Amino acid sequence: MTRLEIKGARVVDPATRRDAKGSIYVADGVIVALDKAPDGFRPDETIDAQGLVACPGLVDLSARLREPGFEYRATLESELRAAAAGGVTTLACPPDTDPPLDEPGLVEMLTRRAASLDLARVHPLGALTVGLKGERLAEMAELAEAGCVGFFQGSAALPDPATLLQAMRYASTFGFTVWLRAQDAHLANGGVAHDGEVATRLGLHAIPVMAETVALRTIIELMAATGARVHIARLSSAAGVAVVAQAKAQGAPLSCDVGVHHLHLCDRDIGDFDAQCNLSPPLRDPADRDRLRKALAEGVIDAACSDHTPVDDDAKQVPFAEAEPGATGLELLLPLTLQWGKETGLKLAETLAAVTIRPAKVLGVPVGSLQAGAAADICIFDPSRAWVVQPSALASQGKNTPFQGLELTGRVVRTILGGRTVHTG
Amino acid sequence: MSRSSVQIGADGRLKHLLTTEGLPAEMIRHILDTADQFVSVGEREVKKVPLLRGKTIFNVFFEGSTRTRTTFEIAAKRLSADVINLNVGASSTSKGETLLDTVYNLQAMDADMFIVRHSQSGAAHLIARHVKPGVAVINAGDGRHAHPTQGLLDMYTIRHYKKDFSALTVAIVGDVLHSRVARSQIHALKTLGVPELRVIGPKTLMPAAVERLGVRVFHDMTEGIRGCDVVIMLRLQNERMNGALLPSAGEFFKCYGLTAEKLVHAKADAIVMHPGPMNRGVEIDSPVADGRQSVILPQVTFGIAVRMAVMSMLGSQ
Repeated sequence: MTRLEIKGARVVDPATRRDAKGSIYVADGVIVALDKAPDGFRPDETIDAQGLVACPGLVDLSARLREPGFEYRATLESELRAAAAGGVTTLACPPDTDPPLDEPGLVEMLTRRAASLDLARVHPLGALTVGLKGERLAEMAELAEAGCVGFFQGSAALPDPATLLQAMRYASTFGFTVWLRAQDAHLANGGVAHDGEVATRLGLHAIPVMAETVALRTIIELMAATGARVHIARLSSAAGVAVVAQAKAQGAPLSCDVGVHHLHLCDRDIGDFDAQCNLSPPLRDPADRDRLRKALAEGVIDAACSDHTPVDDDAKQVPFAEAEPGATGLELLLPLTLQWGKETGLKLAETLAAVTIRPAKVLGVPVGSLQAGAAADICIFDPSRAWVVQPSALASQGKNTPFQGLELTGRVVRTILGGRTVHTG
Repeated sequence: MSRSSVQIGADGRLKHLLTTEGLPAEMIRHILDTADQFVSVGEREVKKVPLLRGKTIFNVFFEGSTRTRTTFEIAAKRLSADVINLNVGASSTSKGETLLDTVYNLQAMDADMFIVRHSQSGAAHLIARHVKPGVAVINAGDGRHAHPTQGLLDMYTIRHYKKDFSALTVAIVGDVLHSRVARSQIHALKTLGVPELRVIGPKTLMPAAVERLGVRVFHDMTEGIRGCDVVIMLRLQNERMNGALLPSAGEFFKCYGLTAEKLVHAKADAIVMHPGPMNRGVEIDSPVADGRQSVILPQVTFGIAVRMAVMSMLGSQ
């Protein structure tokens, strides 16, 4: 196996709060030393990373790879190439495929295909209920054996409280984490936009903030009754942040994430019915966005994720409410996170923690750090390189993004997975 | 303003009519002035002018409507255009054709103008963004969003009876939540400088943050119409009458239906408007609908002139 030396980089490892110029030495897919080469180390390849940042490969808590069932939108290969292009080396994929990931065989097939492509570490989230229908529990123990790191309803509606109670009780039997989108289906019913001035002006069916807070309070109540560990996927509102912060302060085993789009956009960006801004959960008020930004910096929100959702043009070129929600995100996660950190006044290591070690801890997988002995998953990027988002230039088959034509700063130059280069740009 | 960019070109001219929001006051006044000239056309022996001769106009209704479609058809015919009516709800889309494919097909038949009604908010914007340059789109109602020609004909009616907008108190009563008519009226009335604009209805029929559109919200009918110069009643859809938003049509009428007893609280010369079709005994009592203060039928007449004005402006570019 090859030995690799990365020299001259600004080596940033949020897990150890390291931010210093130095070198990384890799052998057999593992980081063997920082700064000082081990005795007798003779690299097969030396990467001169002057002016570049080397950080842990990004960890993305939600990337839809669209397999199985939606191969016309994207394939595992196209989306894992997008991950590599975005510096993402570990990702969790939600179970809302067709069929949903509710059978061990489907999960094994997915992980096997992902392993053969070897472009990123793929951690499937299993379906919490069969068919994501919210009625019967999925075979969680079997699914965990097949490789699932948690159990999720994806974008499907939450089960009713009685079923959810049993699902959480069952999951906690085995110590599995239950992932949930905090959205009450009755309160969200038919809605496509935040219940505020924009939805009122545009005449769009609205999803009130209380769809999130009512669901959160139910979930937290059930956590107390069951002892289940829960991860809340895609918080959207200031009021939701407050509920989570309170539960965390009381010691609930709760984590949560925010989609990176929600750190930058708000309902006003919908403008004249821009279907690219049809996202789920909906973009909310500017005050909500500002609170999400702050909560991620404070750690109330554990991680930012791309919530990568490839949608084809046909599904967006329809009236706003009929458009399929979602946006491409794997290749935008790094620059959008950097922009958030810069605008929030964070140090680079603090910024990158939100997409490396913090999501790694949520997943419970040993990635997201550059310490000696860790897998050599490394993202090398140029922090000052500006680029314009051209959908046609994205590796992802999902070209749908509200950031089309906008300039972002920070570009991945090389992505290394287990010591092997999987992307150069 | 980005909101008006789809319908107003870089030269400041109207390309499409999609919403009253963002229409400058002088443009609204120009439309109303143009409509003035067309009112007399309807009174002539030969009710036709040759302004749009040779133009092909498609009335494309993805959602059923008789009255609006008919008034557009009459307006187009009085301008000498060839007009084709399509009830698409019953044909293409039920065969799985997308909205844009339907439009592209009609465009291939050399349409000059589309008049579009659709149940989804934003449908007209979507179409306007995708038609060829030179093809105009008029929004004849999209979901809850906008019904700009209705809003403009209401402005015409108010100006006809009240002359000046700058000292008026106007109340819009009923189901504001679901009403594209109310939204189009609110934007136009604010632009034309109405100082006191009220919406009246139960909390279940008010959209979130509606006061940010520049209206005062009243839940008591008598309070709300006190001192009004103009009282606009909204239609209550049948499917909303009994459910989670309202207990019954009867209770709605009792609380928010316009009766002679309630109308006395408005100014003595207040006018009563309704976009039609009316539910007598639900939002409005027959003696008021047919009474001396009602201008509901003149609204319909003016509607043809206003639609002729908009079509002539868009079609003669």
